[in-house]
Amino acid sequence: MTLEMVVFGVTFVVALGSSLAMVFARNAVHAALFLVIAQVALAVTFLLQGAYFVAALQIIVYAGAIMVLFLFVIMLLGVDKRDALIEPLPAQRPLAVGLGALLAAEVIYIVFKGIDLVGDAGGEAITALNRDPGNVLAVARVLFSRYLLPFEATSILLVVAVVGVMVLTRRISDVADLQTPEDLPAGAPVKEIAV
Amino acid sequence: MDLSASLIPGPDYMGLTATIILWPLGTALFLLLFGKRLSTFKVGGREIPWAGVIAVLTLLRSFVAAVAMFVDIVGVELAEGAVGHGGANVENARTFTVHMFDWMQVGGFAVGADFLIDQLSVVLALVVTGVGTLIALYSIGYMHHDPRFHRYFAYLSLFASAMLMLIFGDNLLVTFVGWEGVGLCSYLLIGFWFERPAAATAAKKAFIVNRIGDFSFLLGMFLLVAAVGSLKIEDINAAASGGQISGGIATIAALLLFGGAVGKSAQIPLYVWLPDAMEGPTPASALIHAATMVTAGVYMVARMGPVFLASEGDLALTVVAWVGALTALWAALIACTEYDIKRVLAYSTVSQLGYMFLANGLGAFSGGIFHLITHAFFKALMFMGAGSVMHALANETDMRKMGGLRKVMPITGATFLLGWLAISGIVPFAGFWSKDAILAAAWEQGEYALWGIGLFTALLTAYYMSRLYLRVFEGPLKHDPDVHPHESPWTMWVPLAVLGGLSVVGGAINLPWDLRLEHFLTPVLGEFEVPHGATAWILAGVALCVAVSGIALARFLFLTQRGAELRARLVTGSWLDKLLTASRNKFKVDEVYEATIQRPGHRFAMFSAYKVDAKGIDGVVNGAGALVAWLSDGVRRLQSGYVRNYAALFLLGVVVLLSALILRVGPLG
Amino acid sequence: MSEVPPGFYLALAGLMFTIGAVGALVRRNAIVIFMFVELMLNAVNLAFVTFARMRGNLDGQVLVFFVLVVAAAEVVVGLAIIVSIFRRRASADVDDVNLLKW
Repeated sequence: MTLEMVVFGVTFVVALGSSLAMVFARNAVHAALFLVIAQVALAVTFLLQGAYFVAALQIIVYAGAIMVLFLFVIMLLGVDKRDALIEPLPAQRPLAVGLGALLAAEVIYIVFKGIDLVGDAGGEAITALNRDPGNVLAVARVLFSRYLLPFEATSILLVVAVVGVMVLTRRISDVADLQTPEDLPAGAPVKEIAV
Repeated sequence: MDLSASLIPGPDYMGLTATIILWPLGTALFLLLFGKRLSTFKVGGREIPWAGVIAVLTLLRSFVAAVAMFVDIVGVELAEGAVGHGGANVENARTFTVHMFDWMQVGGFAVGADFLIDQLSVVLALVVTGVGTLIALYSIGYMHHDPRFHRYFAYLSLFASAMLMLIFGDNLLVTFVGWEGVGLCSYLLIGFWFERPAAATAAKKAFIVNRIGDFSFLLGMFLLVAAVGSLKIEDINAAASGGQISGGIATIAALLLFGGAVGKSAQIPLYVWLPDAMEGPTPASALIHAATMVTAGVYMVARMGPVFLASEGDLALTVVAWVGALTALWAALIACTEYDIKRVLAYSTVSQLGYMFLANGLGAFSGGIFHLITHAFFKALMFMGAGSVMHALANETDMRKMGGLRKVMPITGATFLLGWLAISGIVPFAGFWSKDAILAAAWEQGEYALWGIGLFTALLTAYYMSRLYLRVFEGPLKHDPDVHPHESPWTMWVPLAVLGGLSVVGGAINLPWDLRLEHFLTPVLGEFEVPHGATAWILAGVALCVAVSGIALARFLFLTQRGAELRARLVTGSWLDKLLTASRNKFKVDEVYEATIQRPGHRFAMFSAYKVDAKGIDGVVNGAGALVAWLSDGVRRLQSGYVRNYAALFLLGVVVLLSALILRVGPLG
Repeated sequence: MSEVPPGFYLALAGLMFTIGAVGALVRRNAIVIFMFVELMLNAVNLAFVTFARMRGNLDGQVLVFFVLVVAAAEVVVGLAIIVSIFRRRASADVDDVNLLKW
């Protein structure tokens, strides 16, 4: 029972516990906070496996930027109240749980079956890379050589996302008049909705 | 020998065949497309439409080409010694095959648009084009008032083309094209005055009854393809005479082919369409339903003679002979009481066709062809004479309203007289020779029953034809007083005169000399035995006596006072009266067919339409639609609109895929 | 540093992924569903990092980087859509948006 095992055990429990807590949290803000905890726990597992740069990104981008965005939207929309936990769709919950159990069983089965097939190089190679030239430099070398084209493509993706968001959230001057067809009296003309 | 060969120009059989067959076809198309715009011109104060002139000239052109071909063949035969010197020399006989183009090639089975020129086809082409030309000329006069004049001549030309294709066909498929073509033209011409319901019905009847025979013909062709692997007539006949077809197969094939002939040539049991076909224009009846088309069956049986001869125990030939003999007798019995002038001639045609089949059934194929030719002459003559009478009497066809017409229509009367004597079998007219040849062949083969039937039919023939002639042309005038009969124009009586002459001398083509018809046809049709010496003379004498007694009986009954009294005193209910009544009712054959075939067929059709189709088949189709709609109604509930449902299905898919991966089934395994 | 077998990490990733999937199915708040999607993406990231360690090269870690970028873009667009829907319907419940059906 080394220190690493202990750390992993704690992390394991925290990650799974906070994930499960997310499922049962009735308040969206709580769920978001549990997600942050789970992400931090995941960052610890990254560290344990020598992925220092990724662990840092995980904390900064995920737990930081993205989750702030989530909380921001929750607050903006004013849904920081408790969600009703009633299920209007019959069979959705048993179906979800059943399928989830099957999925978990299958994934774990495949994992423990598959590791023998793939083989484990052990952590030594990563450790060596982290020592020389260092984790960040090594990742950078791979990212900007073999993955240069996908990297450039992500910039396009981000631009598209930004433009898309601007279009989606643009306020239309007569947005107050916009109604769903159900709300209109019979025979009333349906306005064309820009976007 | 060399001299005669060099005198004859090299035969361009391809060109001649194309001329004979394709010119009428082209004329038919031209008249159908542009015939309406053609004008008329005047000759001797009579309007003559160009459409008729074109058709006559085309047929004349074909006739001249056929003559050229005939002269060429005769020349070659003489030069090579195939005929002459007292007999036929089969080895040296020449036939020519004209290959127009490859029609179809399926695997090893090839059919070409090929035409066979030999003695038989040339002789028949002469008859068809010659008689056809005369009838077309006659039609100009007969049809001149008809608004669909050009269409009539288009059909006539089309018919000539199809008939010639039938005759010249080198394989059964080309023959079949002509066979169906003449059937179509027959249908079109019977229903030419389709405004009249009777004509439209008769046309349909002819077409459908013919279809039964054609179906049989087709089956025969299929069987021959299966047995021989070729449709070429020469191949089939060679295989049949060479014994490559077993007797059983040959019997079935022959009987199937004969089934086609029965339909086309109006034999028992399919003869019923021909009397009704008289609804068509009379010249068309003369050409199609007397002289040429209806003899196609006789020609075909003669052409396929070896197949019939290869039949097991001569079964096929026996069937042919008996069907022919019984048809001859049956139709003659009906003809004796018929009052419609054209229908008498129609039944007479059926009867005479029966004679031809009798000849074929006896193996005397050239005898059948001989009778075919002479019959074409005198029957066409009599049909056109009847047309002339109808023309003069405002389309009257009832013989009871005719009489004494010889005085007002001398040419028609005189020519009809010739035809009457010819068909009755009076020496030396054409019919005597050909009928005598058939009866002699029957006697020689010991088929005394067939001979007896033939002889009795000859008696009936002489009787009913005399009845017709005497009723129409002799005795007092009986027509309506407001009708003024007159002699027909020259376009009508010239053909009558020509055919009258042929009816007199037509028998001469088979008089015993070197190039007589039988010898000429021997390379194609083989020989048959006829009695010689005293037997021959006695048989001819008996036939002549029978013919004379038939005429005398008719003369007694219809021209003498005592005969009229005798007819008037006929006891009602006596056996003779019953027979005559049955004959007058045509032995109710049409009624029997209607009850046994037409009505059940109609009921079956109604059942199919309103029960099987409307309920069963539509039910299945609609049921399939309803099933799909029902299923869709269930399946569409998957499309709930709830994103989380879709996500659950998504997850289900993932689970299924992983399961497949684990269980190693499907493409992932 | 390699005392914990990689199978444990992968099992953790699988379990988290499953929890994320189940949560996305049972919750109705669109924003919460999005969070579960993020959780699933994170689980996948863990799997990538573990694979990198098992194979002894850094490709897995680089892939995490790409997942991150895609997740960011997705979150931005997704939240924009949620905002847009919320403006019109005053609800973030995904079951309220069910018109697209037969």
